[in-house]
Amino acid sequence: MVGAKRIDGLLAYGIIYLIFIYAPVLLIVLFSFNNGIYVAFPLKDFTFKWYSDMVHNTGLTKAVGVSLRIAGIVAVVSTVLGVLGAKAVTRYAMPGKAMVTFLIMLPLVIPAIVFGISLLTLIAKVFGIQPGTWSIVCGHVLICVPFSMAVMISRLQGFDKNLEEASLDLGETGWRTFWRVTVPLAMPGIVASFLLCFTTSFDEYQIAAFLSGNDATLPVYIYSQLRFPNRLPGTLALGSCILAISFVIVTFAEWMRRRGTNPDKGLGI
Amino acid sequence: MVSVAEKTLVQPTGGLRRRFMTLLYRSEGVRGYALLLPTLLVMIAMLVVPLGTLALQSFWTQIYFKLDHSFTLNNYLQIFDFKQNPIYLVLLFRSIIMSLMVTFFVVITAYPMAYFLAFKVQRHKLVWLILITVPFWTSYLLRVFAWKIILGFQGVINSGLISLGLIDQPLEFLLYNQTSVVITLTHAWAAFAILPIYVSLEKIDRSLLEAATDLGDTPRERFWRVTFPLSMPGVVAAGLLVFIPTVGDYVTPNVVGGTSGIMIGNIIQSLFGKANNAPLGSAVSIVMMAAITLLVCAFLMLIGRRRWKHAET
Repeated sequence: MVGAKRIDGLLAYGIIYLIFIYAPVLLIVLFSFNNGIYVAFPLKDFTFKWYSDMVHNTGLTKAVGVSLRIAGIVAVVSTVLGVLGAKAVTRYAMPGKAMVTFLIMLPLVIPAIVFGISLLTLIAKVFGIQPGTWSIVCGHVLICVPFSMAVMISRLQGFDKNLEEASLDLGETGWRTFWRVTVPLAMPGIVASFLLCFTTSFDEYQIAAFLSGNDATLPVYIYSQLRFPNRLPGTLALGSCILAISFVIVTFAEWMRRRGTNPDKGLGI
Repeated sequence: MVSVAEKTLVQPTGGLRRRFMTLLYRSEGVRGYALLLPTLLVMIAMLVVPLGTLALQSFWTQIYFKLDHSFTLNNYLQIFDFKQNPIYLVLLFRSIIMSLMVTFFVVITAYPMAYFLAFKVQRHKLVWLILITVPFWTSYLLRVFAWKIILGFQGVINSGLISLGLIDQPLEFLLYNQTSVVITLTHAWAAFAILPIYVSLEKIDRSLLEAATDLGDTPRERFWRVTFPLSMPGVVAAGLLVFIPTVGDYVTPNVVGGTSGIMIGNIIQSLFGKANNAPLGSAVSIVMMAAITLLVCAFLMLIGRRRWKHAET
């Protein structure tokens, strides 16, 4: 009896916790359909006009283009680097492995502002280049590679290493084994890593704010809109779209990589 | 004729290449590093080199629009000159305290959730896990921004309470102070703590728990003597994953902090922007990272020593 009560208590806590995490964000969605400039109760009529207004906004569409381009490049580069790195770390005995892994995972525990200002210094002051799309790509690859590595490491540890060895024993070269055995088996992880890096880059603000130059990304654009109270509803509508798309992408990615695997190793990220 | 000529031409390079490849394949370490090389080079080029440049710049001086590259410690002296410029150390101290509070709240609220996930959820575990992880990947800026519309002068709470007739005037203390920053950061980083704790709980050998029960522990005793100590690595990892990045956060104070909620990141941001003193900004960020590193090392040593003592007794 006591046990049952305790489980219920924890279940209630779990539900409250989920509400705490999701409710603030859902308020953005709720008020994006509200026919009024202010984000305040009581709610006014239901409207789609903030959404239809977005289509004509050229600043917005340009920012979407910049963000999509950056996120695409970042996702490809980070995933490739993550796959190679994870394969090396999980399959080979290497001296100094712990230190190298530490270096690659280091960006997880450095405040984002530090990447922004240090890359800005290197690019703008040392090389004398106007920062822009490519500088943001650099900053985002930096924070995405640890994520990609973590995803790929747990994926590669999840399947039997003997499969690769069998392929090598049967006469395939290392390279062909990689393409014909490792990559297909790791595919769910690769797709998940691509999508998660894409979303991370697409949503990232703190680094992009320093490195955007004239190429404002979508979050940088949103931030610039926060100053104008009359543009708030439009920003809410935009935010809702971003949240919805991110939600779908990330849910798919997480489902893809966690399904059927024993969760989890490492940090569990 | 042609094919023979081609063969003789190709062979020596082929042999050389094969010898090189054999050498490469003989050493596992070399193969591993060859595979890791691209990743490592990118990290060095984009992390180590920029950080080095930042450190170098902290010894330079900004004179209007020019940089004086001669070595000086002036930026650091300025930061540590508490009488002249107390702002740097005060803000650094305040940011650390605020981050510690955030870390405490995040970990303490995440723990029961992680426990619930690891021990109580039997069915639909994947759904719960995904629901917890999704916010982790979605827009940080929007999660922070959500609190501005909740806590604002004409925001959700104030307008809600007014339309319910509970208050006549909007409550002004909700937004633009340290509390609003701490609340917002706690919410924004919540998802980061659950996973590491969950993983460490999930790893616990269930037979240890049964043994504790068999030996007469009550569920409460069992939790504090077996489960909790074994989950400490996850708790520590979660704490570090939240504490370190939040110290330097500047968006949250910008959006919900107002003037009384600013943190050290805002100073760095303005030194690199409007205040146009990147060398001083570099020095402030180096001091910030040094302070974080010192704190983390001291903390880890403390834990290590306690565990060592535990093992001895």
